[in-house]
Amino acid sequence: MKVSLTVNGAAHELDVPDNTLLVDVLRVHLGLTGTHVGCDTSQCGACTVHMDGGAVKSCTVLAAQADGANVTTIEGIGTTENLHPMQAAFRECHALQCGFCTPGMIMQAIDLVENSDGLDNVAIREGLEGNICRCTGYHNIVRAIQSVADAQ
Amino acid sequence: MSEAIVDSDETGIGASVRRREDLRFITGNGNYTDDINQPGQLHAAFCRSPYPRARINGVDCEEALSVPGVVAVYTGQQLVDDGLGDLPCGWLVKSKDGSDMHSSPHPPLAASVANYVGEPYALVVADSVQAAKQGAESVIGDFEELDAVVDLTSATVSGEIYEGVANNLSFEWALGDEDATRMAFAKAAHVTTLELTNNRLIPNAIEPRACLGVFDKATGDYTLYTTSQNPGLERLVLSAFVQVAPEHKLRIIAPDVGGGFGSKIFIYPEETAVIWAAGKIHRPIKWVAERGESFLSDAHGRDHVTRAELALDEMGRFTGLKVQTTANLGAYLSTFGSSVPTYLYGTLLAGQYKTPNIYVEVQGVYTNTAPVDAYRGAGRPEATYVIERIVEQAARELGKDPTDLRRMNMIQPEDFPYETPVALVYDTGNYEASLDKALDLIDYAGFEARQNVAAAQGKRRGIGFACYIEACGLAPSKLAIELGAGVGLYESGEIRMHPTGSVSVFTGSHSHGQGHETTFAQVVSDKLGVGYDDVEVIHGDTGRMEFGLGTYGSRSLAVGGSALVVAADKIIAKGKKIAAHMMQATPEQIEFENGEFSLQDSNQSVSIQEVAFASYVPADYPEDLEPGLSEKAFYDPNNFTYPAGTHIAEVEVDMETGVVSLVDFVAVDDFGHIINPLIVHGQVHGGVAQGAGQSMMEHGIYDEFGQLQTGSMMDYTMPRADDLPDFQVDTTVTPCTHNPLGVKGCGEAGAIGSPAAIMNAITHALGIKDISMPATSEKVWRALRGE
Repeated sequence: MKVSLTVNGAAHELDVPDNTLLVDVLRVHLGLTGTHVGCDTSQCGACTVHMDGGAVKSCTVLAAQADGANVTTIEGIGTTENLHPMQAAFRECHALQCGFCTPGMIMQAIDLVENSDGLDNVAIREGLEGNICRCTGYHNIVRAIQSVADAQ
Repeated sequence: MSEAIVDSDETGIGASVRRREDLRFITGNGNYTDDINQPGQLHAAFCRSPYPRARINGVDCEEALSVPGVVAVYTGQQLVDDGLGDLPCGWLVKSKDGSDMHSSPHPPLAASVANYVGEPYALVVADSVQAAKQGAESVIGDFEELDAVVDLTSATVSGEIYEGVANNLSFEWALGDEDATRMAFAKAAHVTTLELTNNRLIPNAIEPRACLGVFDKATGDYTLYTTSQNPGLERLVLSAFVQVAPEHKLRIIAPDVGGGFGSKIFIYPEETAVIWAAGKIHRPIKWVAERGESFLSDAHGRDHVTRAELALDEMGRFTGLKVQTTANLGAYLSTFGSSVPTYLYGTLLAGQYKTPNIYVEVQGVYTNTAPVDAYRGAGRPEATYVIERIVEQAARELGKDPTDLRRMNMIQPEDFPYETPVALVYDTGNYEASLDKALDLIDYAGFEARQNVAAAQGKRRGIGFACYIEACGLAPSKLAIELGAGVGLYESGEIRMHPTGSVSVFTGSHSHGQGHETTFAQVVSDKLGVGYDDVEVIHGDTGRMEFGLGTYGSRSLAVGGSALVVAADKIIAKGKKIAAHMMQATPEQIEFENGEFSLQDSNQSVSIQEVAFASYVPADYPEDLEPGLSEKAFYDPNNFTYPAGTHIAEVEVDMETGVVSLVDFVAVDDFGHIINPLIVHGQVHGGVAQGAGQSMMEHGIYDEFGQLQTGSMMDYTMPRADDLPDFQVDTTVTPCTHNPLGVKGCGEAGAIGSPAAIMNAITHALGIKDISMPATSEKVWRALRGE
């Protein structure tokens, strides 16, 4: 089937099998390997991207569902020279270790901060409920997100 | 966080340098195995046994081969027929009667018998992932189901899994003086007994295992990209034992690896079969585990059942400890499966205490379950759990404050070096210093008030302690080999100063989240007095660095970092000769500090960059000296390091629901000198989270038919952000006495101390002797109702 979508500002038209997942469009067809697959079952959130302004788990979104959508991945939010504030906060607070959950965690964190008011520790922790990090114990992830939320 | 992370522009030893590897990870530019692709690449899928134990009478590949896109199907028998060797266990343990352990042959793919659900028996290679998976579903295994042994507690009285292996015992290992310990118990004023279960865990690094095998027809070289914590060891095993290819024709690359926690140490069937098949088909082959495959086939952790007895005299001094443990090995001895419940467990049973008599027996038992091997802490969490649970219980039985009872039994600073009755010599420590600091941080004096506040809200609050010790950086090699290790446990390091003065550092150690690229650069820039940004750290590629042993057992800095210090010292020693020549002096007259070689009693000096340039452009140069400024070192420690500390947990139990909340956690650890406090604190946070998971949520469960019931992240519960509190982390310092950095290792401490602390807190809150891990709300709810 034919799928048209915009990813990180660039328009793409693809011809993919009907059962193709959004995450495979990103990783395999577009070479955007910053988005990771950790569990295949929507549990770990490593595959989190933004679709039409909200965070989704791209391992359980069909490419067909993303037809016409505007998708942003970790590659689309900032660069090494010009980091997104959430990227900068993750580094500053040592909110990552192996880095595998990090792209999904950052995308979820941006969504959380953009769509919440007065985030405190409890609200941040609840807002991360769909993303598993096995390295950091979340302590520094929460600090990083809090610092971005406080700066807004 | 209680200990301030100081912000500064410093980049040397002790500075919280923000990690350089983060820049690629936070921008999506990490390079994990599944991110790597090769032209003409094929994809692999594995056929896995649906039975816990079955004879394989045949494998019908015909239908699979007719699936569009399928290129080849290989069975376990074909790998055997091609001469591939078995996957070896790297540590030979002897039973107490002197006999060698039994190690069941472990072919890369099951050939004649499958011994656990999920064991791979055939490999399908196809031109797409989907075709490979469809092909795998079309392979028809002709299985004859055999009686399986699943339950650990009855395994020794069940039928034999392997012919001639009575009671399914691979080994019956013992350590300590049995007679002296028996005498101590005969004279004891009080004996505390505890029966404990250390639950089976499934590691779950968020990156699933993956590999990409490449064969170069032109050169006959094999390259295996794989999610490994120790590429050097992987190459050795695949060459020497499995015989995929000679060592010089096999290159292992472990690129960015998304967490390991032990599970990526081992040499697994899948990467073995994939690299072999790449050599048959002459095309690159990639395999990436689905999470379900990770659950079934990654080595699991822990899984002990233990009876422990502690003897005390009338004063409360520990006089004897007797431990009887049954350890689940799974169906095969994994790479280090035999060492974890023996030398990494029994040797730690003295803990922080002067218990004079200790005797431990460990039965290593086969079951038809996935192999069990090292998982974060590997033996030391199990030892700490035994000691710190029974000490806390003894205090309760004697009506003593648990911290007072510990204090009166602790090894004191003046006692070091301290030889334990279980074969270790602790070099240094100050256990009360950590305890005092931790008590201060948790506000022990205020506990009763907090308990009352909780009670008013219908909750029971409990506090629990764990004063742990661990042994890191297994060493020295000679001793480890005498005790059964199949390899030495040194580490390699190389420092290449380039003509322009920048530096490439190569380590045989491997980072999969620990931050070597930052920490090791701090060490080398500090030692050589060169700019931090001028130092690059390279790891994880056997084609680029010397043979090394990799990263596990919190060994990277203590062993690998020390190798780099020795290499740096060699650079400086050679640099002195060059500098002396440049300044028309003798090497003895040259001093080195902050990157400058200076001539004593003069104002003359040359920089290390000038020396490096002179070494590569040796126009005016010492006659008897080789050009170049590149040095290697293999560092073999002369003892373990002994990180130790106090962890304190406070929990609240909801009386209505049985839900346990971890409301406060303090970790005060003595890791010796610290290179990067920010990274060290992060390691503790992560370890504590995994220990909290073990205590309250995680449990790998097989049903009576040998089927894994916790085979997805929907069934196997791991801590999420809202399950955990902020942690209070701090350190004390007694420098390691025998390595040049004075460091001890910090990677596992969090997972070692926390389960005992949390379970002591939960049993304190509930007022009961024991509840088995994980203390789920259901178990606690039942306990609250006396069930």
